[in-house]
Amino acid sequence: MVLAGLSSNLLYTAFVLYLFATFFFGGAIRDKRSQSNVSGWAKLGFILTIVGFITHTGYFIIRWIAGGHAPVSNLFEFIVFFSMMLVGAFILLYSIYRISILGLFAMPIAILIIAYASMFPREISPLIPALQSDWLQIHVTTAALGEAILSISFVAGLIYLIKAIDQTKAGKKTFWLEFILYSLISVIAFVLVITSFNVLGYEAKFSYVDQSGIQTEETYRLPALIGPNQGQLLTEEQMEPIVDMPAAINARKLNTLLWSLSTGILLYGLSRLIFRKRLGAALKPVVHNVNLDLVDEISYRSVLIGFPVFTLGALVFAMIWAQVAWTRFWGWDPKEVWALITFLFYAAFLHLRLSKGWHGEKSAWLAVIGFAIIMFNLVVVNLVIAGLHSYA
Amino acid sequence: MEHIKCGCGHINPHGTVLCESCGRGLTRGAEEKKILDMRYEGSARRSQTYNSTIVDKIWNFFSSVKVGVWLILITLIVSSFGTILPQEFYIPNNADPSVYYEKTYGIFGKFYYITGLYDLYNSFWFILLIAAIGVSLVICSLDRVIPLYRALKNQRVDRHESFLKKQRLFAEMDSDSKESDIQLVRERLRKQRYSIREENGALLAEKGRFSRWGPYVNHIGLIIFLIGSMLHSVEGLYVDELLWIRQGETLQIPGTKGEYYLKNEKFILENYEEEGNAGVFDEALERVGTVAKNYQTDAILYRNENNELPGAQPQLTELAKDDIQVNEPMKFDQFSIYQTSYRQDEMKAMYFALTNKATGEELGEVKIDLFKQEKSYELENGYIVELLGYYPDFEGFDKGGEPTSKSPLPNNPAFLFNMISPAKPDGEVSFVQIQNTMEPFGENMYKMAFKKLETRDVSALTIRKDLTIPLLGLGGVIFMIGVIQGSYWNHRRIWIREKSSRLYVAGHTNKNWYGLKKELDLVLKGTSILNPEDQVEKEKK
Repeated sequence: MVLAGLSSNLLYTAFVLYLFATFFFGGAIRDKRSQSNVSGWAKLGFILTIVGFITHTGYFIIRWIAGGHAPVSNLFEFIVFFSMMLVGAFILLYSIYRISILGLFAMPIAILIIAYASMFPREISPLIPALQSDWLQIHVTTAALGEAILSISFVAGLIYLIKAIDQTKAGKKTFWLEFILYSLISVIAFVLVITSFNVLGYEAKFSYVDQSGIQTEETYRLPALIGPNQGQLLTEEQMEPIVDMPAAINARKLNTLLWSLSTGILLYGLSRLIFRKRLGAALKPVVHNVNLDLVDEISYRSVLIGFPVFTLGALVFAMIWAQVAWTRFWGWDPKEVWALITFLFYAAFLHLRLSKGWHGEKSAWLAVIGFAIIMFNLVVVNLVIAGLHSYA
Repeated sequence: MEHIKCGCGHINPHGTVLCESCGRGLTRGAEEKKILDMRYEGSARRSQTYNSTIVDKIWNFFSSVKVGVWLILITLIVSSFGTILPQEFYIPNNADPSVYYEKTYGIFGKFYYITGLYDLYNSFWFILLIAAIGVSLVICSLDRVIPLYRALKNQRVDRHESFLKKQRLFAEMDSDSKESDIQLVRERLRKQRYSIREENGALLAEKGRFSRWGPYVNHIGLIIFLIGSMLHSVEGLYVDELLWIRQGETLQIPGTKGEYYLKNEKFILENYEEEGNAGVFDEALERVGTVAKNYQTDAILYRNENNELPGAQPQLTELAKDDIQVNEPMKFDQFSIYQTSYRQDEMKAMYFALTNKATGEELGEVKIDLFKQEKSYELENGYIVELLGYYPDFEGFDKGGEPTSKSPLPNNPAFLFNMISPAKPDGEVSFVQIQNTMEPFGENMYKMAFKKLETRDVSALTIRKDLTIPLLGLGGVIFMIGVIQGSYWNHRRIWIREKSSRLYVAGHTNKNWYGLKKELDLVLKGTSILNPEDQVEKEKK
């Protein structure tokens, strides 16, 4: 238990270090004096990132020792590991291209992902028989690394879009850019909402009828806007739901989603009021000095580096393990299908780029969609679609 | 077939855009361009050249990357539909899909069933889509790889100036007194592991050409993989059987044509236990409840020596003993036996006591094996219990009043007893099921009182043979080699040519221009040779 505590503290330290690193990468953008080479701010930011990455790795190793298995066995552990790989992938690409704007966007996303992860149960859980194999660490770590490198392509793509999209007139492009930014804000909203009601200790018990027609109980940690099928509020003086859902829909999760999205709208609206322009427009000065061709190349390069790693981890190793543990290398489990979809998508990305000349902005949009697919597989497939991978 | 003769004398196949040898543009489009389109080196591709016969048309259709990308995107979108609800093979075993989907998921479930989405991945359309991708892979590759190979093999060192001028990285200058600098550059290029060829005052430095073959190698791997996965349906290559085996049972292993038998000596299930203060997992166990740590079947494998003799009793010789665990299958011959699932506490035997209802006196105990019943059970002192009927999975009475059984599995056993005693020598009939007794022919003197239940665990094992795996593995390895070869290396070329006292420097790479520029910086640093400019960037400014 001492080890487990130490490992959590290391993760917390890494989280704080990443925050500081972001701040310094931000400073590097403002620093107008050193246009050409890497400024002192960026150097400090990068050093902080590396120290953060080392403590993050410390968290990983110590938790591994404490639990006796690689800490990639539930949703919290996997997402934290994914964020660690994201930082690792950033370090890799930064050491090739040395542009601080990449840090200014990659680090907040890594921070956001850690915060998101910590909303899930954090205790060290025992391994079910199917997971007791060396393939656990081999398959999951490689897949996460691949996805992380591919995500850097999204970071570069986002920078590209913020710089390239013309903010003087509203249109589809500005709308979708705002949509991306709003999605990121909704994750912040999710973390804020869950944390606030946890601190308040909110709890509302419902009895309801589940899919098989059995009377069951469910505890809400957020005020219920949406109630379960034929739900009966058992806890006194808590909010009654506005509407009940049919049994086929998980009402508690939908309720959480609704809270996050609406709080997201609130936060987004607030920031619009503060900046008095679109967020994309507000961010534009930050990317002022960005060389579009270079950012485009970073985006493409990340796909080139990440695609083989992803294929190896999420398809090849996955198939080998599935053959050993589940008797067949491929079974059309939703997670498998979405890994295949991710693979096909990036294959299409590469073909469009190589043969159809989809460079620059088109390629940047594709990088964004690719990241959306990865996130869908990470979040929705685990939480919403039932399958063999729903461990969390 | 007509050939195109270039100004340099090289004879190119019909349809060539850039001369294979000197690089001059051979079409008007290529001549007018500011920067050359270097894809496939401007070589003649079959699909771009012929379009008269049906074969040409099919070839041209599938050779288009646009079509390939569409096929990929359609497959991608269609695949996602199959994950909205569980596929047929993930719904409960005994459920009828035509009822299950509508019952569980309502109108959308019905729609899912009717449209066939519930078994999408085995549907004709889906397999056709995958096959189309396979065809596209083959034709796209063939259409490009041969001309590309020709063009790269035939390329000349002294490319025409027009070719060099239209490269993305290009510089031009006076060639006076550059000899020593060129010597330095030559050495530096060698250090960067370029292979250098020189002819007529021209220099070509090239490296990583093999990365150009990466896409074709990985496509070959994919094709092998697709062929391998289609072989599952070939008789004898693939076995997939499920064996439910109870503790103590010896059963023929399905799929082995009677050659092998397996005995389940013991089934073991262990759960994680909370350990108090020091337990790392306690918090998690507290939250989720019981978590299985291990389940395994201690099994003995036998061969039937009499398998060849028709009609003979099986004669078993022990071959191996193994504990079959999840992730640790038992392997023999070409088969693997996997621990897949289990069912705990299946009813094996029930104990009843023949009891006098009035006095409560017990006259003897009967054990009824639910899998192997006797016709009658004799007790002491002339008491006999006859088993008139046994209904292992009792579900009710039919129209004629006869009890019926849903299945041969003892899920809800019911018995029709005839109790013979000295007082009632013809016997009294009693219908007994769990927690319920009926006396169809009037009030009885005796009853069969339930005493206890004997249970045992049933282990579910999957028997698998898959001879396609080596082929799939080969495809996978080739694919990975191809992807890595194409992604982690670049094909870079640097041309330096002196002509009529002008010096031309040009550079090209198939990707990662930033890397090539940095390498050029390094190679040309401190020399009087100008660093080539990026003409794409220049144009934008």
